[in-house]
Amino acid sequence: MINSKYFFKGILCAKEFDSPAIALGLSFLAIGALLKNLGFTIQESIFSTFLTYALPGSLVMAESILIGVSLLNLFFAVWLVNARLYPMTVSLMPLLKHKSQPRWKYYLSCHFVAVSSWLILKNNYKEIEKKYRVDFWIGIGTATWLIAIFSTILGYYSADFLNREMLIGLAIINPIYFTCTMIGVMKSIQLNVSIILGAILGPLFYFISPDWCVLIGGFLAGTVAFVIGEKNVS
Amino acid sequence: MSANIVLIIVITSLATYISRFLGAFTSEIIDENTKIYRWFNYLAYSTLAALISRMIIFPAGALSDSNYLSRFIVVLLAIIIFKLTRNNLVYPTLFSAIIMFLLSSFTI
Repeated sequence: MINSKYFFKGILCAKEFDSPAIALGLSFLAIGALLKNLGFTIQESIFSTFLTYALPGSLVMAESILIGVSLLNLFFAVWLVNARLYPMTVSLMPLLKHKSQPRWKYYLSCHFVAVSSWLILKNNYKEIEKKYRVDFWIGIGTATWLIAIFSTILGYYSADFLNREMLIGLAIINPIYFTCTMIGVMKSIQLNVSIILGAILGPLFYFISPDWCVLIGGFLAGTVAFVIGEKNVS
Repeated sequence: MSANIVLIIVITSLATYISRFLGAFTSEIIDENTKIYRWFNYLAYSTLAALISRMIIFPAGALSDSNYLSRFIVVLLAIIIFKLTRNNLVYPTLFSAIIMFLLSSFTI
């Protein structure tokens, strides 16, 4: 089934001092408080993080409830904001693939694909034998997922003690953490181009289409970076 | 649990899982040493960068109550702290929350 040695090794990766788990936990604390303010029960809040486990998607869901959009509009709004998970999963799964491992592990563990777990794996996968990487990944995913659920519960119960300014302070943590992480990985011209251009084009396309800006901006920036990279190789 | 909220959560989770599932499905035919893998790798970083800058410039949720200048100052200070602490991720993250809290308390 799952190799416990590598599973627990993955779990332990989340407790490193500069692990994304800190930003993840504090961000879901804010989500827990937000869900309570929207009128969710504690069971519904846990159920939401348990099943969705994606911060921007949860924010879109919350906004949609406030505005009162149809379920079809909600589906497309969440799908568009979380569509980044598609290239993230494609860029992650080949690193974990091994012929001795069953397919269900990949389809089940893809639920754990989120920025924090993705970054932890990308920083650590080379140290793990390829055969056991998927078990290591399931460990990372389980740890970050449980942190998100636990923080949602904590945020839900502390909502009454968090004022508006504190919630704003918590809300900036996630984008700041990932901004710094992105700057930290900018070590090749291709990654520099994809990250800088993505950061510029995403908001620029917002003026044309707020729903599609992330996808269009990301697609163009990533493609330009790829072309530059291939030219460098050749 | 209210049936309406449960339905909203199920729709949200389905809309989220579909991208993850399609990613796992597509990756069955992609090897890590191929050109298409490299392309997807750059797409992952660029869409992530696009999303993060969108979250800062056009925020949703609590962050939308803050002003542009506060967010710009916090991002700038966080990057400076990140570089001063030799790429440590914890200090800029925690300081950004404190600075944002203070700026929101005094400027809005």
